[in-house]
Amino acid sequence: MRLNRRLFLQLTTLAGGGFALDLYRSPLAAAQGPGTPPDLTPQAFIHIAPDGVVTIMARASESGQGMRNMLPMLIAEELDVDWKNVRVQQAELNEKIYGPQFSGGSANTPMGWEPMRRVGAAGRQLLITAAAQTWGVPETECTTQSGRVLHAASGRLLSYGELADKAAALHPPALSSVKLKDPMDYRIIGHSQTGVDTHAIVTGKPLYGIDVELPGMLYAAIEKAPVFAGKVKSANIDQVKALPGVRQVLVIDGGITPAAYTPWEPGMEPGIAIVADTWWQAQQARKQLKVDWDLGPAAAQSTEGFRKRAEELLQVPPANTLRKYGDPDAALKSSAKVVEATYQYPFIAHVTLEPQGATAHWKDGKLEMWSTSTLPVDGRGLVARTLGIQESEITTHMVRAGGSFGRRLQNDYLVEAAWIAKRVDAPVKLLWSREDDIAHDPFRPGGYHGLKAGLDVQGKVTAWRQHLVTFGDEKNSTSGGGIEQDTYPAGFPPAYALYTSAQPLSLRTGALRAPGDNAYCWVAQSFLDELAHVAGRDPLEFQLELLSNKQAPWSAGEHDAVGDHEPTGQSVLIPERYKGVLELVAEKSGWAHRSKTPGRGMGIAAWFCHLGYFAEVADVSVDAQNRVTVHEVWVAGDIGSQIINPAAAESLAFGGIVEGMSHMGQEITLVDGKIQQSNFHNHPVMRMKQAPKIEVYWRKTEYAPTGLGEPTLPPTLPAVSNAIFAATGKRIRTLPLQRSGFSWA
Amino acid sequence: MPLKLTVNDVVTTLDVPPDMPLLWVLRDILNLKGAKFGCGMGLCGACTILVGGHAVRSCMTHVGSVADEPITTIEGLSPDGQHPVQVAWAALDVPQCGYCQAGQIMSAAALLERTPHPTDADIDAAMSGNLCRCGTYIRIRQAIHEAAEAGAAARPK
Repeated sequence: MRLNRRLFLQLTTLAGGGFALDLYRSPLAAAQGPGTPPDLTPQAFIHIAPDGVVTIMARASESGQGMRNMLPMLIAEELDVDWKNVRVQQAELNEKIYGPQFSGGSANTPMGWEPMRRVGAAGRQLLITAAAQTWGVPETECTTQSGRVLHAASGRLLSYGELADKAAALHPPALSSVKLKDPMDYRIIGHSQTGVDTHAIVTGKPLYGIDVELPGMLYAAIEKAPVFAGKVKSANIDQVKALPGVRQVLVIDGGITPAAYTPWEPGMEPGIAIVADTWWQAQQARKQLKVDWDLGPAAAQSTEGFRKRAEELLQVPPANTLRKYGDPDAALKSSAKVVEATYQYPFIAHVTLEPQGATAHWKDGKLEMWSTSTLPVDGRGLVARTLGIQESEITTHMVRAGGSFGRRLQNDYLVEAAWIAKRVDAPVKLLWSREDDIAHDPFRPGGYHGLKAGLDVQGKVTAWRQHLVTFGDEKNSTSGGGIEQDTYPAGFPPAYALYTSAQPLSLRTGALRAPGDNAYCWVAQSFLDELAHVAGRDPLEFQLELLSNKQAPWSAGEHDAVGDHEPTGQSVLIPERYKGVLELVAEKSGWAHRSKTPGRGMGIAAWFCHLGYFAEVADVSVDAQNRVTVHEVWVAGDIGSQIINPAAAESLAFGGIVEGMSHMGQEITLVDGKIQQSNFHNHPVMRMKQAPKIEVYWRKTEYAPTGLGEPTLPPTLPAVSNAIFAATGKRIRTLPLQRSGFSWA
Repeated sequence: MPLKLTVNDVVTTLDVPPDMPLLWVLRDILNLKGAKFGCGMGLCGACTILVGGHAVRSCMTHVGSVADEPITTIEGLSPDGQHPVQVAWAALDVPQCGYCQAGQIMSAAALLERTPHPTDADIDAAMSGNLCRCGTYIRIRQAIHEAAEAGAAARPK
């Protein structure tokens, strides 16, 4: 369990593509965690009332991916109950009985698919045992149906409600010993089930972190330096303390030392916390603050400086060789054609619609927290270390979050709320403003890629050389700025090299939905489209051929043989699946018969990440002012044998495409270390009028189901920019669009 | 000076500064948490409520400016969550994170009140002030059409 999270974090922090997570390899073992089996029991997850209403605990944090449905649906299916009789309750943080409770890396499906079904099946087994004992008949003569145990021979039946007490007292069977249903018999899995919170959402019930209300609660806001980790030299604290509603003004010294490499969760940022009777009063008081900041070394940073340094680094030999096979330099020299390009993309912010915040209450040496974190166990650990208290003194309530997209994997706002609460004699709700949220986001880091590839006389790829200039020090890439050795198209060109260099960055960065992949896919799939064009070949046919000729083994190791229904090795790219989604999306979009009219074009792209395979085609028009409209996006996805909650899955795919489009228009820039963007007017998100029509198709394969939070997003960017090229003949090598002369209509 | 406010047919007298944003009065004084804070600048629409039947961004509205008008929040849109817009939203399972949806629903209800059978262009015009960070726009559009077809156009109180 612990290993799980660490592995996940390590990969979130360092890696980008592929996500070769061991936890994906053996979901049951990984969910239980080597050495620390949490003994998942049906009793922990399932509570059955005498009237037959079944309460199922949702273990994972929920920020919109539908985890409160998906994981309980797996349990309910094997428990053999009707979904209409199921009530879902959010579990509190307790990984000892629930197993991993984070939501990240699109990992909940592969991590939960087998263990959650086995928990349900074990629950069913307990109910059968209880019935068999009651009747004095062999268990093998008992069956279940819709929340009842039946004994066909005698025509007797007992409801789960009648058996619940007896079953709960029995010793649960080993999860590995229980028998699972034939997927042909599924009545819940594969059938759309409305979100368990949907009614509460559409009626405006309090559900979110920002909605937590406690008796006597105070509200906090924090003023921070305009530059990362800037410290307070002095401030008019006494004056602000006297303002209406203000209870306390606290100086946060913080715990960050600016350096070339800023780690994941670098510590508390310095600032001044204002605690008041209402949040509005805290914000009003904040406007009266006059702070003299020690801005520190981060004030020397600028986007222009980053770009200049990156250009220098791209001209000199790379610092690190991540992957190399064949002799790419020699192959390039002997190629019929050589194509060279530099791709660059900016920092961008997460902008969850619910800004960051948390509620905490310190009382009698114990801390109670209401957290929207998607990595809550790390939040608890950080709070304990920062406050100098034991984790056992902390209770964490997991509250629905208004979006995460990777933002809430970091727990900075939670630590701040706890730190303030320890100094205030009341519960405290901390809330960031949108401006705080953008200025202090753990940004998706920008990057610069120098690319060079060769083509032979037949238009086949001879060599691929890629040099990523990222951020960090000699040893570490900044969070979200690392790249994996097997990042596509590694393994396919006959000669290949992937290099990295880094420049210093004193700024918090992190994982944004499909971290790494959300940028590397755009780079690789755009450059492949360039190559196909130079080769005079159809981009689809060009890529299918490339995928058909694997040239080198994966660094992560070859995948195992595919089993019948529970294959193991899925963590490396399987070319047949990649090709399968490309072929499916081509068919559905009418790729072969696409019209070629000036100002309108279609682009195609695909990617493998987080165990999922997605290919997309975008149909785009560009007007005389270079304003871009995306009319339609066709999506083909392969995430294995089951789409667990189909309507929700389709919706998540829609969301990935819309977010991918948003990424293309966003940038965070720095001048003198100060973030230049502040709200949705200058860090825009796609709006209704810009949202395309989207069609989603599933290619079901024999592999175990995998996650959907992330892998739909990456192909959107290159599908759209390749379509812009098809429409205009102009190649977008710099994002956002406006830096390449385009804008959204 | 006390302010008289009519929210969801309930008249309340409050002692708050007249320049306090209506959003924070609703959320933190009246404990109506349905309207959400997203930007504080009228850019995202998460705080949308109805004032005299018109969709209004409550984060930018001073409470003192709406003392004489009926205010409807998501909590008061219908007694039981059965407003046609709410029904369509639930039937299509529109929400992902759901944080923007109260604002979306209020904007959609206001649209249908004036335009019972909106075209896609009407929807673009009326709904483009409401951001959905999760990107549920396709379902929102579909739900508005379904609510329109369900016959009973929105009837804010």
